[in-house]
Amino acid sequence: MSSVIVDIRNLEREFKMGDETVKALNDVSFTINAGEFITIMGSSGSGKTTLLNILGCLDKPTKGEYFLDGTNVSKLSKTELARFRNKKLGFVFQSYNLLPRTSAIENVELPLLYNPEISAKQRKEKAMKALEAVKLTHRTHYLPSQLSGGQQQRVAIARALINDPVLILADEATGNLDSRTSYEIMMLVQELNDVQGKTIVFVTHELDIASFSKRTITLKDGKIIKDNINSNVRNARKVLEGLPLISEPSIAAK
Amino acid sequence: MKLVNLLRIAWRAIKRNKMRAFLTMLGIIIGVAAVIAMIAIGQGSRQSIQSQITGMGSNMITIRPSSNVMGGARLDVTNVQALAEPDIIALQKQPEYINAVSPSVTARGQVINGPYNWSTSLQGVAPEYLSIRSWPLQDGVSFTSQDVKRAAKVCLVGQTIITNLFPNGEDVLGKNIRFKNIPFKIIGVLGKKGENTFGQDQDDIILTPYTTVQKRILATTYYQTIFASAIDESSTDKAAAEIQQVMRVSHKLQKGTDDDFTVRTQAELISTFTSTSQILTILLAVIAGISLVVGGIGIMNIMYVSVTERTKEIGLRMSIGARGIDILMQFLIEAILISITGGLIGVALGITATKLVTLFLQWPTLVTQSSVILSFLVCFITGVFFGYYPALKASRLDPIEALRYE
Repeated sequence: MSSVIVDIRNLEREFKMGDETVKALNDVSFTINAGEFITIMGSSGSGKTTLLNILGCLDKPTKGEYFLDGTNVSKLSKTELARFRNKKLGFVFQSYNLLPRTSAIENVELPLLYNPEISAKQRKEKAMKALEAVKLTHRTHYLPSQLSGGQQQRVAIARALINDPVLILADEATGNLDSRTSYEIMMLVQELNDVQGKTIVFVTHELDIASFSKRTITLKDGKIIKDNINSNVRNARKVLEGLPLISEPSIAAK
Repeated sequence: MKLVNLLRIAWRAIKRNKMRAFLTMLGIIIGVAAVIAMIAIGQGSRQSIQSQITGMGSNMITIRPSSNVMGGARLDVTNVQALAEPDIIALQKQPEYINAVSPSVTARGQVINGPYNWSTSLQGVAPEYLSIRSWPLQDGVSFTSQDVKRAAKVCLVGQTIITNLFPNGEDVLGKNIRFKNIPFKIIGVLGKKGENTFGQDQDDIILTPYTTVQKRILATTYYQTIFASAIDESSTDKAAAEIQQVMRVSHKLQKGTDDDFTVRTQAELISTFTSTSQILTILLAVIAGISLVVGGIGIMNIMYVSVTERTKEIGLRMSIGARGIDILMQFLIEAILISITGGLIGVALGITATKLVTLFLQWPTLVTQSSVILSFLVCFITGVFFGYYPALKASRLDPIEALRYE
C-alpha cells in the first residue's frame, strides 16, 4: 500500500447567498494515494470546482478535515497556505494562465521565484528539466503568443511540475483544446503518472477524458455518488495512433 | 521572499508593458524636469543679482536725505538740502568702522566733443569715491584733493562716453570735452563696469571733483548723496550704525525724532532683491511641485487600472504560492521603479532644459544639488505613496475570484 497524499474526512463547504445557505459540498470523504491518477467528474453545480479549490488550498472547508501530505490544511493561515501551495501543489488551468509577453522558460520558473531557498542557477536548471519533461526544450524563449494551444498548455504543465509537487491539480485542462491536442495532453499526463509517478487530480466533465484515468470520482449536488476504479484504462498514445493523420505533426515529431 | 526575486518579478512586469510604463513615467518626468528647471532659473537670477550688487562694492554704504515734506509737497530727494560739508567733516573725524567717505552731486546735461555730443551725467565726487566703489582706472590718473580744493575742471570718463564722443578710437587723455559750455580736461579713463542690476549703464558717467559740480554747475553747497565704505565687509552693519549716530549728532536731531536721512548697506540691498527672487523661486517650485503630484496621481491611476487588468495574473501568482505581501511588494516596487526611472529621466531632462534656457535666452541659471536630491526624493515618496493603495488592493484579492476573473 503506497502512502496517502490526500485524506479528506466529512468535508462540508457552505456559501451564504443572501439569506440562504447553500451547501456546495456535503459530507465528502475520500483518500488519494501517491501515484494515483484520478478524474473528478460532475455537471456544473455539482461542487467539483469547490472541491478543487479546497484540494488546491485556495479555499477552506466549513466543516471536516483535509490532510495534504500529512498536514492538516484546515488549520493553516493564509500565508502558510500560500507557502504550502508553493511547495506541495502544481496547478494546470483550462485557459493556461501563462503571463503574456513572457518567454516560456520565464513562465515555467515563476513558482520558484516565490521560493527563497532556490538560487537563480537551480531555477534555470529546474525550468529546463521541466520543459524537457513536456518536450518543449526547443521553444524555451518563445512567447505564449508564438505557441499553439497545446504547446501553451504544456508550458503550463511544466510550470506545475517545476517545484516537484506532491499533487498536480488540473482544472478542465483540455477544455480549450481540440480532441487531437487533448489526446496529446492526456498522453503527456499519463506519461507523467506512469513514468514519473506523479499524483494527478484531473477535473473534467468529459467522459472521454475520464476514461484515461485510473479512478473516477463522480459528484452530484455536493455528494460523491460514484467512486470507481477504471478497469479499462485507455492508452492515449494508442488512441492517437488510431486517429487519421492530419497535417499537424504529433508530439513525438516535435 | 528574496528582494532580488521581487525586483526581477516587478522588472519583468514593467518590461511587458513598456509603452504604458513610459506614459505613466511621463507625468513624473515632466514634473521633475519642471521642478529642476524652475528652481535653477530662480536660483540663477538670485545669484546673478547677488553678484552684481556685490560687484558695486560690497562694503559700500549709501547715505541719502529722506524725502522731506515742505509745505505739504514731498520734495524729490535730489532737492532736499540735508547733506552738507559738516556731515563729511563729522564722518571723517575719528571713524571707527568707516574707511572712506565721499560726497556726491550729479548734474545731467549734454557733453560735447567737436561734432559729437552725448547726454550723460556729470557726477561730482571726492577722490576716495573710486576706492569706495572698487572701481579701477584703466588709463591716466585720478584727480587729487588739490583738484577738489581748486574746483578743477578735470574729469575721468567712462567707457560709454569714449565710444560716443571719440568714435574714431583716438587717445582721449589730455583732450578737452565741454559740459554746459565748461571745458573739462580728461585726465583718466575708468575701467568697464557694465550694466548694474537695474539695467543702468554704469559706464555712462563722467567723474569730476564734487566742488566743481557744486560751484561751477549747480551753484549749491549741498550734496545729494554721501558714499562711504566700511573697513571690511563684515563690519558694514557696525559702520552703518556708526554713520547714523554721527549723522544724528551732526544734524542735531532730538531724541525721538525721525532721521532726516537714510543709511543703506549693500547687504540690505542684496536681501531686498534676493527676497523678491526667493518668492519667485518658491512660486515656481510650488507650481512644479503640483505637476509632480499630478504625475503621482497618474501613477496611481495606471496602477489601479493595471491591478484590475491583471487580476487573473494576480490570481495565478497567488495559486502558485505568492503571499499577499509578495503581491503587495511586486506592485509597490513596480510603482517605485516607474517613478524612480521617471525621476532619473526627469533630472536629465531638467538639466538639459536649464542649459537650453541659458543658451538661447541667456537667462542665468543654477542647478543646485539640493534641488536634484529633493525632486528625486519626492519622486520616491510619490512612488511609495501613490503605489501603495493599488498594491494593497491587489494583495487583498481572493485567489479564487481573481482566477475566475475575465
